[in-house]
Order: sequence, then C-alpha cells, then structure tokens
Amino acid sequence: MPEWNKPLPSIVGETRPYWESCRRGELVIQRCDSCHEYQFYPRGICANCWSNDIKWVKASGKGTVWTYTVTYQNRTQGFAQDVPYVLALVELAEGVKMFTNIVECNPQDVKIGLPVEVTFVQANNQVTVPYFKPSA
Amino acid sequence: MVDLRNAAAIVGIHEHVTRYAPDKSELQIQGESVIKALEDAGLTKNDVEGLFTASSSIRNSGLNLADYLNMYPKYVDNTTVGGGSFEFHLSHALTAIAAGRINCAVITYSSLARSGGVSVGTGGVGRYGHPRLDPSPDSFEEIYGLTTVGLYAMIAQRHMHLFGTTSEQLAEVAVATRKHASMNPEALFRTPITVADVVNARVISSPLHLLDCCVITDGGGAVVVASPEVARNCRQTPVWVLGAGEAVAHQGAGQRDLIYIAAKQSHQPAFEMAGVTHKDIDMAMIYDSFTITVVETLEDLGFCEKGEGGQFVSGGRIQIGGELPINTDGGGLSSNHPGMRGIFLLLEATRQLRHQFEGTPRQVPNCRLALCHGTGGALGSRHSGGTVILGRD
Ligand SMILES: [Zn+2]
Repeated sequence: MPEWNKPLPSIVGETRPYWESCRRGELVIQRCDSCHEYQFYPRGICANCWSNDIKWVKASGKGTVWTYTVTYQNRTQGFAQDVPYVLALVELAEGVKMFTNIVECNPQDVKIGLPVEVTFVQANNQVTVPYFKPSA
Repeated sequence: MVDLRNAAAIVGIHEHVTRYAPDKSELQIQGESVIKALEDAGLTKNDVEGLFTASSSIRNSGLNLADYLNMYPKYVDNTTVGGGSFEFHLSHALTAIAAGRINCAVITYSSLARSGGVSVGTGGVGRYGHPRLDPSPDSFEEIYGLTTVGLYAMIAQRHMHLFGTTSEQLAEVAVATRKHASMNPEALFRTPITVADVVNARVISSPLHLLDCCVITDGGGAVVVASPEVARNCRQTPVWVLGAGEAVAHQGAGQRDLIYIAAKQSHQPAFEMAGVTHKDIDMAMIYDSFTITVVETLEDLGFCEKGEGGQFVSGGRIQIGGELPINTDGGGLSSNHPGMRGIFLLLEATRQLRHQFEGTPRQVPNCRLALCHGTGGALGSRHSGGTVILGRD
C-alpha cells in the first residue's frame, strides 16, 4: 500500500460507525427514528428534531452529481499533484448530499446529473475513504 | 420591534490603504486605522466605549486589540463569521447603542494575507503538512481537497446548469469592478479588462477563471459608530444605519438547496427595518470574493429574480451610471482583499453617502441610500450573510 499523503479524518464516537463501515466496504448514513429524516454528515443527535433516536442504515451507495468543479489549483499536499481532480457534491438516492471526488473517469466527462456509485479506497490500516465513480 | 432607524450613525472611517505591509503587525494596522477613523470623526480614545473586531489570525482578537491599544471597552464583540463579520458588527453596534449600553464604538480589521503568502482561495486545508481535522464537518470534507474557490465554483456550475448563466455574464462583474478600480488610485489592479480577458484567463476551478477571483492583499480599516447625540457633534455628515439583517446558510444536514444563499434570509429584515424598497437603493456594496458571489447575492437580495443575475449584471447595469452601481472602489476583484473584506464595504458606502467624490466620475450621483451585503465562509458549504442599509439625511 503506497503511503497516503492526503489529509485523514479524525474519528470519534458519533462518527466511528461510519468509518468502520467504510472499512468493510459499506456506506452507511443516519436516519432518525422520531422524525424519519436522513442526515449527513453523521451526528450524535438528529439535526432536524434534536432527538437522539438515531439509527444507522445501509445507503444504496448510488446517487447523482448535484454539482462539481474540476480543481486545477490546490496547494495542499496530496492534492497539489493530483490536479485536475473533480470535487463534487453527490446527492444520494436517500436525498442527502455529501462531498466527494468523482474518480475512475476523465474529469471532462463529469456533468451535473451524472449517475454515480460509491467506491472505496483504503488509505491505511485504520481508514478507508468513500469516493464515487460513474455508474456502470 | 423597537424602531432602530437612525439610532446610530457611522461618523468616522479610515482605510489603511496599504496593499503590502511586510514590516507591520496586524495589530499596528488596526491601531493606526482606529486612530485615523477617530480623527476623521473628531472624537478621541476616551469617547470609545465599544470595541468590535474579527480576525482569522489574531487569537482572542477583541482582547488582544484592547491590550494593544490600552483600552478598557465596556462592550466587546469579536463575532467572527468570515469576511462579512463587519456587517454583523455594525448590526450589533446599532443594537448596543440603541439600547443605551454604549454611545460610541469602533469596528476594525486588518490582515497581512499577501505578505504572509497566504493562498486564501487555493491553499486548501494545509499547505505545509496536514493539520488534524475536526471530526466534523472537516473530516467529511477536507479529505476531498476542498478549496475556497472550488466551493464557489460548484455553485457557479449549478447556476449555469439551472439557469443557463454563462462565463461571459460572470465576467461582466469583473469588468465592471475593474472599471471602477481604474478610478481608485489605491486599487491594486487599475488597468481596464474585457470580457474576453476574463474568459480566456486560466481556469482555477471550473467554471471560474483567474479573473473571476478576488485579489490577495494586506490591508485594514476602521469604522466609528455613534449615537445621534454624539453624531451631532462630529465633523462629518452622519451616515445613518437604517436597517440590518443577519443570517447563516449551511448544508442543512445534507438537505439544503445550496443555490439559495444567506442573503435570501437577511435582506428582508434589513429592508423592513429601514422602511425602504429595492428601488430606493442608489448603490450597493456586494461582497465580491468571486464573480458568482455577486450574481447570487443580487438575486437573493431580491434585486432580480432567481436565475436572472447573469442578465442583471450585464449591459453596464452595475457600473456607475447604470441602474445599480456596485463596488465603486473596485471591490475585492480589483482593489483589495485581505481575506475578510466586509469592512471595506462599509467604508466605500460611507464615502459615497458623504459625496466624497463629488465632481468626479467615481461619485454615484445623488447618493442617499446604500446597501452593503457581506458574505463570509463559502457558498458551497456554509456561510454567513449580513445586510445593512445606510443613508444620509
Ligand atoms: Zn429527528
């Protein structure tokens, strides 16, 4: 495994199930048992009704590109040498949006509305990062 | 609500015109600005009861500034919500003065972004090694290589997709502000540019080109705000704070439609408080971190319908002599942008309302009402919006 030179997430109790699922190759999100809303990013409370009846559910892993940008300049280590890369907000089938990169394609082929699906890259022994690629 | 109209006025201003100050401290620039702004007002250190400041680099900014200036303010506010913090400060100073807590306050800001080599827009989270990310939201965002430009570019992309906005329309904003900068001897870039110059410049983060992005400078400034009783004895024509509104916008737990920005929430309280309408506004200072910021802000402030911003900024409408002149100092796109530009919106609106440029092409004719809208943070993730409406008698 080559050394990971991008920033790594910090993991705490309220977000650990998300990152542990990613390690297993599964994308999970949260849904509130009181108000039934999905939410992203994960929290220890429901951001909508403030209850703590949060359930982790397996996400379909499918979505569409809500918007994106092809990044040509970023001085941060790990990204500086990666340009051009696609930064995107993907709207999951469940209705919540999340930041990601669209990978395994030519940046020029990314469009708003493009159907995408999750794919995972292992960063190190503790962290696996979810990305999205055009749906097969 | 208590009627806050005319409860406080801007009575003194100063812009520290430096665009590059490698041998100064940020506190020195603030100190020098405060002194000059008080001189402008005809007030002294002893008149100042409230201290308002924001900084992205000075720790405990209100405390450290009071220490530097050897002041003992009885009202301190270092609300820091990004570049538009100073519109929030003016709003808060108005409330504090109207409530009788204080009679006079200073708002100040400085930054050494340029001499410090800060890549405001394209630095990303860590130019020298990686900082430890906060568990949220950073750990769900910065791992994907966000940049400030990118977060605005994503909104520009969606705007183009939904409404057919073009790069040429966005470029009109840069062209107009550069034209205004050509009349400002202090502006960093003063040579006029064309739409072609903007769209042919290199792409930083699609669809935004280099000239769609603000400049990076050092600089600072200060604003003195006072009660009507104090204002009456000041040297300058008072510029009344007539209305204020503030708001934040964010991901809404993944569910917000980010094409609508905080200006949509903040403008109505400001207009209602001021008791004026859009047609009454003679000029506007619209935070221009990027060209798309202006288009989105004009729409969500209600100067045009959603999606029509590209058309609105075209055809000279936002230039002096047009229907709604904006950013008459050259804005962040051409004059200066030390990282948090909100204070400069207040400074230029005040100059225009004082008719300081009377007899020159930079003066907005018969300028009686001005609107300032500061945006802080990033449109694509989370940001603040502060609207203030200013007027002269
Ligand atoms: Zn709930």
